[in-house]
Amino acid sequence: MTRLTRPRFRLCALVWLALLVSPIVQAAPLSIAQLMAGLAKHPQGAATFTETKTISILDQPIESSGELLFIAPARLEKRTLKPKPETMVLDGDTLTLERGRRKHVLQMKDYPEVAGMIESIRATLAGDRKALERVYHLALDGGHERWTLTLTPLDPRVGAVIARIRMEGVGNVVRSVEIIQADGDRSLMTIEQPAPQR
Amino acid sequence: MIHMRRRGTAAIVLWLIFLLACVGIISRTHFTTDLSAFMPRTPTPEQQLLMDQVSDGLASRLILVGIEGADAPTRASLSRQVAERLRADRTFVSVNNGEPVNAERDRAFLFDNRYLLSPAVTPERFSADGLNSALGDSIDLLASPAGLLVKSLLPRDPTGEMLQLLEQLNSGTQPQLVEGAWASRDGARALMLMQTRAAGSDTDAQQHAMAAIRQAFDQALDQAPGATPSAQLVMTGPGVFSVTSRDTIKRQVTRLSIISLALIATLLLLVYRSFSALALGLLPVISGALAGIAAVSLGFGAVHGITLGFGTALIGEAVDYSIYLFVQSEQNSADHQNWIKRLWPTIRLGVLTSIAGFASLLLSGFPGLAQLGLYAIAGLITAATVTRFVLPSLLPVSFRIHDLSAIGLTLSRVVQRAAALRWPAAIVLLAACAIVVDNRASLWNDKIASLSPVSQADVELDTRLRADMGAPDVRYLVVVSGANQESVLRAAERVSTLLQTQVEQGQLAGFESPSRYLPSVATQRERQASLPPRPVLETRLAQAVQGLPVREQLFTPFLADTAAARSQRLLQASDLQQTSMAMAVDALLIQQHGQWRALLPLTAPEGGSINAEPIRAALSAMPDVLFVDMKAESDRLYSGYLREAIALSLGGLVAIIVLLLAVFRSPMRVLRIIAPLAAAVMTVTAGLSLFGQQMIILHLVGLLLVAAVGSNYALFFDRPDPRTPILPRTLASMLFASLTTVAGFGLLAFSDVSLLQALGVTVAPGVILALFYSAIFARQADACQSNA
Repeated sequence: MTRLTRPRFRLCALVWLALLVSPIVQAAPLSIAQLMAGLAKHPQGAATFTETKTISILDQPIESSGELLFIAPARLEKRTLKPKPETMVLDGDTLTLERGRRKHVLQMKDYPEVAGMIESIRATLAGDRKALERVYHLALDGGHERWTLTLTPLDPRVGAVIARIRMEGVGNVVRSVEIIQADGDRSLMTIEQPAPQR
Repeated sequence: MIHMRRRGTAAIVLWLIFLLACVGIISRTHFTTDLSAFMPRTPTPEQQLLMDQVSDGLASRLILVGIEGADAPTRASLSRQVAERLRADRTFVSVNNGEPVNAERDRAFLFDNRYLLSPAVTPERFSADGLNSALGDSIDLLASPAGLLVKSLLPRDPTGEMLQLLEQLNSGTQPQLVEGAWASRDGARALMLMQTRAAGSDTDAQQHAMAAIRQAFDQALDQAPGATPSAQLVMTGPGVFSVTSRDTIKRQVTRLSIISLALIATLLLLVYRSFSALALGLLPVISGALAGIAAVSLGFGAVHGITLGFGTALIGEAVDYSIYLFVQSEQNSADHQNWIKRLWPTIRLGVLTSIAGFASLLLSGFPGLAQLGLYAIAGLITAATVTRFVLPSLLPVSFRIHDLSAIGLTLSRVVQRAAALRWPAAIVLLAACAIVVDNRASLWNDKIASLSPVSQADVELDTRLRADMGAPDVRYLVVVSGANQESVLRAAERVSTLLQTQVEQGQLAGFESPSRYLPSVATQRERQASLPPRPVLETRLAQAVQGLPVREQLFTPFLADTAAARSQRLLQASDLQQTSMAMAVDALLIQQHGQWRALLPLTAPEGGSINAEPIRAALSAMPDVLFVDMKAESDRLYSGYLREAIALSLGGLVAIIVLLLAVFRSPMRVLRIIAPLAAAVMTVTAGLSLFGQQMIILHLVGLLLVAAVGSNYALFFDRPDPRTPILPRTLASMLFASLTTVAGFGLLAFSDVSLLQALGVTVAPGVILALFYSAIFARQADACQSNA
C-alpha cells in the first residue's frame, strides 16, 4: 500500500514546492525564455475548455466545450463533448479528426493554416520556443502573475487565415487562447485546470 | 528391294512436305502465357464474370508502384516527378500518388451537381423541419476544428450536401501523405497507383506500361540532385504478374529445352559413339515437337507456354523410338527391316496405349489440359511414324553404333535375378498403398493459386503494397445486369440502399457503386423534384431559421442555387470526363456483348471478413443481381477441373485396358502389363504425399505419362511364352530409353514454375519405377524351372 502511494506523494510535494518557490523567483518582469522554461516544467496536463466562436455570418457566438489533454513533447488531444462529440488528436506531425463515424488523418505539412493554429497551442504548452518561432513572431507582455503572449504568423499562407493568436496565462499555466482570423472571425478558448493538478 | 527403296523415297518426300507445313503453321502461331488456358470453355454466369474481371476488369488494370530506399523527401519528389511524366502518357488512364491533381475539377463537379448527386436530397430534407435540423447540424460543424474549412460553404450549401458527397467519396481508406505524396504506414516507401488503358490480359501492353514506369523513374533519378542511387522501384499488380510470369515461363522453357537437349544428346553420344546416329536419332524428336506445336496451334488457335514446357519434357520420351530402332536391330541394314517385323508391333502397341491415355485429356473442359493431350498425341504419333517409315531409309549402308552387347548381357543377368526383389518390392508397394489411403484427404491441392507461375517473393511484395495502399482486393462483387444503362443504374441504386444498411450494421466497411457518381435519370429527377420552388423554399427557410443564430438573408445564394438545380440539365456519363470519378464509372459500369453491367465491389470491415450469407440472402430476391465471391468462384472452378481431370485420367486408364484386352484377348496378360504401371503410379503418389507435396492437375498428367511411357517397358517384358528370353539388346535399349526420359523430365523438377515442376517430380521417378516393377514382376521362366 505504502509503496503504491509514495510516487503520488512525491509528485504532490513537487507541485507544492513549485507553488511555494515560483512567485519569489518570478517577481521580476517575465522574459520569453523564463516563460517557456516555466511552461516546459509540465510534462503533461489535463484541463477542461470552453470555446466561444464569433463568426460574422452567425448572429450569435457558438459555444463548445470539452477536455484538453497534453502529453509532452508532442501529443495534444482536444475532446469536444458539446454540442457534438468530436476528437482531434495531434501527435507528432499527424492530425487525426474524428467526428461521428468519420475519421480523417491529416499530415500537418499539408494544411499549414490548420497546423498553425494547433501548433501554437501545443508548442506553448510544451514551452517549445523554437517550434513557436518557426511559425510566429512572439511578443510578451506582463509579469509572471499575469502575462499575455501574442503570436503573429510569419508565413503569409498562414497569415491569410490567422491574423494573430493571443495567449493569456498565470504563472506556468495557460488560461486562454484567442485566435483572431484574418476575416475578423474569432474564437476564444478558456482553459480551466481541474482542482488537483496532475 | 527396289520397290522398298521407292517406298522409302516417297516416305521421305512426304515427311519433308509435312515438316514444311508444320513450320509454316508454327511461324504464324500465337504463343500465350496468360490465364486463358485456365478458363473454362463453357462458363457459368459467375465464371464468365470472373473471366472478364481477370482479363480486363478494373483490378486487372491496376499497377501498384513503390519507391524504396533513399530518404522520405527524395522518395516523395521522385514520386511526384514519375507521376508528372506518366500523367502525360496515354498508356495510363490515371496516375495517383496523393497529389491533388484533379482536386479542383472534382470539387467543381461535385459542388455544381450536389443536388443531383447527394442521396440526402429528399422532400423531407427541404421541409421547414428538415431544413431546421440540417442548418443546426451545419452550425454545429462550424464550432468544430473543421469549421474553418466549411465556413465559406454555408451561404450556398446550408444543408451540407457537399460535405455528404465528400465524406462518401473519402469512405475508402487512403494512404497517408508524406512530403505531399502517398507513403506506406511505416513511412518507408512512397506509393503510387496507376490504371492502364489496356486490359490486364494484354500482356504486351502491360509490358509497355511497366517499361514506361521504369523509364520515368530512371529519368527522375537522373535529374534528381545526386545521392539517390539507393532509391529503388518496385511494381506489382495482375498485369505485372502476367508479364513476369510470361518472362519466367519463356526463360525457363528456353533454358530447359537447351539443357535437356544437351543432356540427352550427351547421353546418346555416349551410347552410340556416332554423331550421325545422334543426328538421325533426333529427327523423330524434332518432327514430333514440330507436329505437336502445329497441331495445338491448329486446334486451339494459340499455344500456351506451359504446353511448350511440357513438349520439352516429351523430347525424352519421343527419342525412345529411335533408341529402340538403333539398339535393338542388328548391325546391318537388313536387320532394320527385321526389327520392323519383330519389334515394331510391340512399339506400335506402346504408342497406341499412350494415345489411348492422352486422348481422354482432349475431352477436358480445361483448355490447358486439352492442349497437353493434343500435343502429346500428335508428337508421339509423328515421332513413332518417322522412326518406322522414314528413319530406316535414311540410315547409311555403313551405319553402325557402338556395340552394346556387353551392357545388354549384364542387364540380362540382373533381370534374371530381379525376381529376388519381389518380396521387398511388394512390401514397398503395400506401404505406398497404406500411405496413399492414409493421406487420401490431403492428396490434392484444390486452390487455384497452386497453378500460379508467380513466385512467392512476388506474391509477398503484392500483399505488402496492397496492405499499404488499402487497395480493395476485389474479392466480393455484387453484379447487376440489364438491357440498358438506366435500368442497370436503377438496380444498382436499389442494391446500394440494401448494402448501406449492412454498412450501418457494421457488416461491411463500405462499397462502391457507379450510381454514386452517375445516378439514374429517374433518381436525378426525383432529387430535382425534392427541391421546392423558390417562393415555397423561401417561406420554409424563414420558418427554419427560427431559434438558430442565423438570418435567412444569409442564404440568398442557396435559394438561387436550388432554383437553378431544379431546371438543371441531368448528368450524363460524359459530364464526368476529366474528373477522378470518371475512372470509377468506367470500371464499374460496363457495356459488353450488348448487355449492361454495374459492379459494386464490397470492402470488408477492418480486421474482419465479409459474412457472405446474409448479403447473398438479402440480394437473392432481386432479379438480375448476382453476388460473386471471386476467390471461392475461382477455387470452385479449379476444383471442378481437378475432379474432371481425375475422372478423365481414370477414363484413360480404362481405354488402355480395353485396348490391351482387344489386342491380347487375355485378361491375365493385360493384368500382368497393367500391374507394374499401377504399382509405379501408386508408389509415386505415396512419395509425393510423403514429401508433403500436394498434387495439382499437372501431377495427374504426369501420372498418366508414367502409365503411357511405362506401358512400353511392360510390353517388352511381356511374352506369351516366358521361356523366350528377352534379348540383351532389347534390355539395353529400354535402359537407355528410360534414362533419356528421366533426363528430360527430371530437369523439369528443378523448374520454378510449379506446373512444370509438378510434371518433373512425377514422371522422372515414375518411369524408373515402372521399369523396375516391370522387370521385377515379369514372368520368370528360369526361376519357375529351377524351382520345379
